[in-house]
Amino acid sequence: MTRAGSKWITFALWVLFSLMTLVPIWWMFLVSVKQRADLFGKPSFLLNIGRMTWDNYAIVITNPAFQKYMLNSLIVSTANAALVCALGLLAAYAMSRYRMKGKDNIFFWVLTNRMAPPAAFLLPLYLLFTGVFSVGEWSLFDTRIGLILLYCVLNLPFAFWLLQGIIDGIPAELDEAAYVDGASTWQVLRTVIIPLAGPGIAVTGILTWVFAWNEYLFASTLTSVNARTITTGLAEFVTVTGTNWGQMAAVAMLTLLPAALVLALVQKHIVAGLTFGAVKG
Amino acid sequence: MRSSTTGWLLLLPTIVILVFTGVMPFIYVLLTSFFDWNLFAVNPEPQWAAANNFRRLVHDAEFLKSIWLTLKFTLYVLVSQVAIGFALARLMMRDFPFKKFFRAVHTLPLMIAPIAVGATWRLMTVPGLGPIPYYLKNWFGIDYRLSMFPDQAFASVVLMDIWHWTPFVTLTLLAGLSNLPQEPVEQARIDGANEVQIFWDIILPAMKPVLLTTIFIRIMDALRVVDEVWMLTQGGPGAETRFIGLHIWKIVFPKTDYGYGSAMSLLTLYLTIVICWLLYVAMTARKERPL
Repeated sequence: MTRAGSKWITFALWVLFSLMTLVPIWWMFLVSVKQRADLFGKPSFLLNIGRMTWDNYAIVITNPAFQKYMLNSLIVSTANAALVCALGLLAAYAMSRYRMKGKDNIFFWVLTNRMAPPAAFLLPLYLLFTGVFSVGEWSLFDTRIGLILLYCVLNLPFAFWLLQGIIDGIPAELDEAAYVDGASTWQVLRTVIIPLAGPGIAVTGILTWVFAWNEYLFASTLTSVNARTITTGLAEFVTVTGTNWGQMAAVAMLTLLPAALVLALVQKHIVAGLTFGAVKG
Repeated sequence: MRSSTTGWLLLLPTIVILVFTGVMPFIYVLLTSFFDWNLFAVNPEPQWAAANNFRRLVHDAEFLKSIWLTLKFTLYVLVSQVAIGFALARLMMRDFPFKKFFRAVHTLPLMIAPIAVGATWRLMTVPGLGPIPYYLKNWFGIDYRLSMFPDQAFASVVLMDIWHWTPFVTLTLLAGLSNLPQEPVEQARIDGANEVQIFWDIILPAMKPVLLTTIFIRIMDALRVVDEVWMLTQGGPGAETRFIGLHIWKIVFPKTDYGYGSAMSLLTLYLTIVICWLLYVAMTARKERPL
C-alpha cells in the first residue's frame, strides 16, 4: 500500500471514531430543539431546520429554579477555582522553595485526598455538615460556602500538584534576587512568581472550575433547596419531574457546554491533569 | 532553600481545609461505624455496638452483590478500554490530515460532566425515543429495554463507560508511545522482525510503566462510578447495575441507619485501599525483579 493511501485510510477511520463520539451528543442536541410532537417515531439524525424550536431552552432559562441552579453552579465553581488556586499557589510555593521536615509526607497526604471514593465520605460529610459544623441554627448543609469548601478536597490536591510543577520550573535565583533587594515573601509571590506562573495558574483555574462544575454526588447529598447546582437539576429530570425529554436535553446541553468551550484551551494539559503528572502529555 | 516557619505558614491553610474535609470525615466514619445509630429506631441516640455493624456486613447479600457487580464492571471496562485505547493510540501515532481536530473531538467526553454523559445515553436508549432501541428492533429484531433485561442494562452501562473513558486510555498511551525511543524499533526492523514481534517484544515492554499507571487510575475511577449509571439505569433493573457507590448513596444512606452505613463506607474505603495497594506492590515488584 502506498503511504498516501494508508494516510487516507487512517483519516477515514478517525472520521468513523469521531462520529461515534459525536453522535450521542448530536442526538441530544436534536432532542433539545425538537417539537414535542416530533420526539417519537422513526429516529432521524438529520436536523429538520423548518421544525426546529428553541422553546425548550427558553422554558429552562426562564425557569426561576434553573436560574438559581445555574447561578449556584457559577458561584460555587468560580469561588472554588479561585480558592484552590490561591491556596494551592501558597502551598506549592512552600513545597518548592522551603526546607521543611516531613514535607514529602505532607505532599503524599495531600494527594491521597483525591484518591478516596467519594461515596464512602457522603455519610460522614452529611453528618458533619448538618451537625458538627454548625453554629446555632446555621449549618454548612445546603450552603454554597459548604460546597465551595468541600470541593477543595477534590480540587486542592490537584491545584497543589499542578502548581508545584510550574513553580519548580521557575528558577529560584529570581526570587533570591528579589529577597536580596529587600522584598517580603508576599512581594516575591506577587511580583515574581504570579506573573511567571500566570499561564499555569490559568490552566489550573480552568480545569478546577470544570471539575467543580461537573461534580454531582456531593452536591446532591449536601444541598436540599438553596444551594442546588445545575448537575443536581439535571438529575432531577430522571426522578422528580417525570420525563420531559426535550427540557432534559436542553439542560444537559447547557451543562456540558462549558466543557466543550474550554476544551481547546486546556487540551494539551488534560492528560497530565487527569493522571497527576504520572503520564506527561 | 529558606527557613521553614514561613513555609509552614504558607502550607497551613491547605492543611487546615483538608483536615476539615478529608481527615475529619474519615475519623467520624471510623467512630460511628462502631455504634448502633438509627434516627428511626426506638432509641435514636448512638449506642456502642462494638463490631456488630461489620458482622452484619459480611452476611449482607445486597452489599456483597454490589461489590461483585462493581468488580465485574471494573474488569469489563478495563479490558475493553485498554485494548481499544491501545489500538487508537497506535492509530493516532500515524500521520494523517486534521489530526489535531480528531484528537480534540476524541478528548471531548473526558471533560463532560458524568451526569450529562448519563443523560446523553439515556436519550439514546429510551424506548420509543432513542435510536438504539429502534434500530436494534428493526434491523436485528432485538427487544431492547433497559428497565427489563439485566444483561442489556449491564452491557449498556459498560458501553457508556467505554464511550466516556476510552479517550483517557488513548491519550495516556499516546503520550507514552510518543516518548518511546525509535532506535530499538528501527533496529529490530533491520534485523528482520515482523510487526507482531516488534509489538510484543519491544513496544509492549517499553510501554509497561505507562500502561500500569493508566490501569491503576482507571481501576480507581471505575470502582467509584456513580453519576452516569444513576442517570442511565438508576441501578436497575432491580439491583443489577447497583454498584457499590450507588448502593451506599441511594439505599443505605437514606435509610438513616448511620452506624451500619458508616461501617459500609469504611469497608468500601478499605477495599479500595487494598486493591490500590496490591496494584502498587505488583507494579513495583515487576520493576525490581531481575531479568
